[in-house]
Amino acid sequence: MANEGSSSLPAGGMIIEAGSSKKYKTGEWRAQRPEVDKAKCTDCLTCWIYCPDNSVMVKDEKMVGFKYSHCKGCGICANQCPVKAITMKEEGVE
Amino acid sequence: MSEPMAINGDMAIAMAWKQIDPDVVAAYPITPQTIIVEAFSDFVANGEVNTEYVCAESEHSALTICVGASAAGARVATATASAGLAFMWEMLYVTASMRMPIIMAVANRTLSGPINIHCDHSDAMGGRDSGWLQLFGENVQEAYDNTIMAFRIAEDMRVRLPIMTCLDGFIITHALERLEMLDDKTVKDFVGPFRPVRPLLDVKQPTTYGPLAMPDYYYELKYQVQASMDAALDVAKKTMDDFAKVSGRKYHLAEGYRTEDADYVMVAMGSTAGTMRYVVDQLRAQGKKVGAVKVRLFRPFPAADVAKLLEGKKAVAVMDRAMSPGTGSPLYMDVLQSISRMKDPPRVSNYVYGLGGRDLIPGQLTEVFQEIMANKGDRINFMGVRK
Repeated sequence: MANEGSSSLPAGGMIIEAGSSKKYKTGEWRAQRPEVDKAKCTDCLTCWIYCPDNSVMVKDEKMVGFKYSHCKGCGICANQCPVKAITMKEEGVE
Repeated sequence: MSEPMAINGDMAIAMAWKQIDPDVVAAYPITPQTIIVEAFSDFVANGEVNTEYVCAESEHSALTICVGASAAGARVATATASAGLAFMWEMLYVTASMRMPIIMAVANRTLSGPINIHCDHSDAMGGRDSGWLQLFGENVQEAYDNTIMAFRIAEDMRVRLPIMTCLDGFIITHALERLEMLDDKTVKDFVGPFRPVRPLLDVKQPTTYGPLAMPDYYYELKYQVQASMDAALDVAKKTMDDFAKVSGRKYHLAEGYRTEDADYVMVAMGSTAGTMRYVVDQLRAQGKKVGAVKVRLFRPFPAADVAKLLEGKKAVAVMDRAMSPGTGSPLYMDVLQSISRMKDPPRVSNYVYGLGGRDLIPGQLTEVFQEIMANKGDRINFMGVRK
């Protein structure tokens, strides 16, 4: 629970800090998580283009995994992957 | 001060806006408000104001455009009535909660159905819980004066809330009455320059307006509106004091007429107040100890001021030009809460009247006084209805 009082919050709930969505860990919402099979992955980066939450991590032009702190598990990456290298797994299931 | 002129209430508001020259007006015409935006769009077309005038495709859109313009840093005005105000309902709450000091003229007209274009206050009462301040004018002069005071009250840094300047549809909007305008410079100096708070167009201070607030923040942000309403009582009082200095016309949040030694008092808002004072004078001439209270500021409700005017009275009749089927009407409920901690409170009765533009005849108010003086009448009465 937040503890700021009404009078210390910006008027009307304005957000007066740029880029604050980084602090909002939307990964908590996830019911299914994407997992990548790098043996199949061609690093085409289609998943990176489609991800609405900028949660596909890329290093040196290679797809290197997912940022689970912000991935909501929408499954768009798995749906778009042209070589079916991404699968959606139930959270909390081994 | 100009020479007195004969003008209707809608034109008086358009003239006040012209003197204030808001940055943006977005509106959709609806009877009996149409004259305001029609006249004002002429001022825009003729280059008499610098306002950006946006023709919206609906009232919901009109107020949404106003919110966007206000967040961008503009001084904004709009006008509506009846179904138009009802169609804005969702955005009324957004406007107040985002703390946009938008001024909206409301030409009070009843709500459908049956469809009817005439006066009552049910449209404004639909917005009474939205977080907007509400000023009610009695005549054309007050429609003009309330408009000028409204900009200053809304834009005060302690308030920063939107205001409805309400005037009775047709009775004030379309009737020619005497108006004394202030000169342009007096109005401009009184209202002062617009001071935006973190405008969206200021790229050096990036700001997000209207974000999501979950159960851990929603209540605190809603309470900000309450705190501003509390502050608004004092700001409105001081604004009315200052307005008296430039205009010679002294207004109060709630105004008593011959109440000092009265035993029986009638409370009303809007154009009825004049009729009420006429009836009070007639009964006073017969030796009856009666008085009247006109409530000018309905939101925030000046409970302490109203209680002071009603303290020690034997009975009070609250005249409501709106109804809340199944319970008492809005003004009655607020008068009751105002006196609820009083030691020996007066006997308060509610009289619903004038719905859908039904004429109010002075004799009917005389009968109401006679009824409360005789300790008669129900708690809630529907004056003049054919049952």
